[in-house]
Amino acid sequence: MTATRDVDQVLDAPQVRSPEEIEIADRADARAIIHGGEVRGSRGGRGALRSVRYLARRPGLVLSGLVVLLVVAWALVPQIFTAHDPIIGVPADRLQPPSAAHLFGTDHLGRDVYARVVHGASVSLRATVVAVAVGLLGGSLLGLLAGFLRGWVDDVISRVVDVLLAIPSLLLSLAIITALGFGTVKVAVAVGVASVATFARVMRAEVLRTSTSVYVEAAHASGVRWYTVLRRHVLPNSSGPVVALTALEFGTAVLAISALSFLGYGTPPPAPEWGSLVSGGRDYLATAWWLTTLPGLVIVAVVLSANRIARALEQTGDES
Amino acid sequence: MGRYVLRRAGQGIFVLWAAFTISFFILYLLPSDPAALMASGGGETDAVDPALLADLRAQYGLDRPVLVQYADALWHAVRLDFGTSYSSGASAGALVLQALPETLKLTGAALVLAVLAGTGLALASTFPRARWVRQLLSSLPPLGVALPTFWVGLLLLQWFSFQIPVFPAIGNEGAISLVLPAITLAIPATAGIAQVLARSLRGTLTEPYVETARAKGASRARVHFAHALRNAAIPALTVLGVLVGGLLAGAVVTETVFSRVGLGRLTVMSVNTQDIPVVQAIVVFSALVFVVVTLVVDLVYPLLDPRIDVRRTAVTA
Repeated sequence: MTATRDVDQVLDAPQVRSPEEIEIADRADARAIIHGGEVRGSRGGRGALRSVRYLARRPGLVLSGLVVLLVVAWALVPQIFTAHDPIIGVPADRLQPPSAAHLFGTDHLGRDVYARVVHGASVSLRATVVAVAVGLLGGSLLGLLAGFLRGWVDDVISRVVDVLLAIPSLLLSLAIITALGFGTVKVAVAVGVASVATFARVMRAEVLRTSTSVYVEAAHASGVRWYTVLRRHVLPNSSGPVVALTALEFGTAVLAISALSFLGYGTPPPAPEWGSLVSGGRDYLATAWWLTTLPGLVIVAVVLSANRIARALEQTGDES
Repeated sequence: MGRYVLRRAGQGIFVLWAAFTISFFILYLLPSDPAALMASGGGETDAVDPALLADLRAQYGLDRPVLVQYADALWHAVRLDFGTSYSSGASAGALVLQALPETLKLTGAALVLAVLAGTGLALASTFPRARWVRQLLSSLPPLGVALPTFWVGLLLLQWFSFQIPVFPAIGNEGAISLVLPAITLAIPATAGIAQVLARSLRGTLTEPYVETARAKGASRARVHFAHALRNAAIPALTVLGVLVGGLLAGAVVTETVFSRVGLGRLTVMSVNTQDIPVVQAIVVFSALVFVVVTLVVDLVYPLLDPRIDVRRTAVTA
């Protein structure tokens, strides 16, 4: 304990901490060292009971989880959920309103809209995952570098992040699409790059917070290599808000990708994709309301669910 | 005051320069060959005549070293010249200025709507005594943020142009054509303002001065609408820069849905034809809007809270 304090004084840490905070941090650190970083695994049966009780009080969160599970299942095994073909329609059944045979109705070629939404999940979700992965990896790396190295690296990265935040993300994505060309993967990368700045800012703030804490200084002082400090202390303790942001960006990415696919930059026509499904109904607004309304509702449900889960993650992060 | 504005203008110019540089590197260095993109007009780039490519490169100066191109482009951009459009041959800056008025009308109307509706919603979701009313109204902003703009636009068209023909479906004619697009564009902004302002109001209402005002006999309404709102407004103002940027980006989708001419439509057309100079002019313009709005907001703070003194911060910083 005394050693820690001395390090604190020598390094002249900018933050003033209460004794309790230092104690909590040290205890967390000690536990992390004893259990090899796997503190959370030791909860066992009581933890499960607690999470059941936690979820029982939050029906909206449970519903959100189910929605996300459902669309992931759509993406993985679409044929279980619908017998209709998403590409080849039955011309005789064209422009049918929703019914038991066609849950979401049929389009102008007699294709089942529900089948197209179910099969479209794989393209739309894959693009979303790519976008979030690009943003998360790129942003976390930049944020980590800025927060951990500080100095001029931090200055440069922070300025670039500020400028990227000054350009509306949809316009930034459009600029990248102009350069890269069209297609689902390119749209996904464009959306991901546009979210790098947000991830970088949150990650930097978290890394700055953790890397000035006593247990990190103690680790440095006791001769732990910088990469071990980063892996064992800084990263695990900075990840909370970044995880919540990832869930939030999942919803944002679904919106951005569907908007760009609506504008026609995603997969070319016959293949189903959520945004282009909505835009495909544009010519039938007066006669076939289901073509735009129902696929759009699916997008709304997915985005709302992702945002609800993000809020729950944020709250649990605040509590611990 | 003068020195403060000067310093902020300097920062603004830095942001503009950086936005120009970032967009230059995205647009001119990312594609394998801008000349091929230009010649193919967004299609396959393989089947282009090499002689034509060489001509195009020479004509647009794309055969020079990258840094020379960058320096030349920057030198022209300083004089508001972003080059000529690949597809129409007109000046990119002039195209942006020409498209601007219609978009200003749209985003202006949406901004006014969003500020009024967002403030109203924030007040309505914090003021009523009934807990369920507050909870119900507080659940609206998260919903508004999750709605795809293009979908809302199409639903409004379906309901109010086709089923009940109240508003025209397309075009820029008159104020009546502005109603549906402005509402569409205003929804996410309204949700954003309501969310930030309601959170800030909730925080402000727990401050000691609120209790003091109540103890001295001010009515609940007066404390809420006069005292708390004014103090809670500052965090909401801070997001205005991002919000206006969001409106500009939202205009891309809204103008497409409602077939309106304007900056958003120009953006879509330029991306479709991979018209690099026009896209770059639009990106730099959006950064300019962000810089100006942020500066104006900072200058407005002291009017809301006299304790914030821009001159003082200018000297100490």
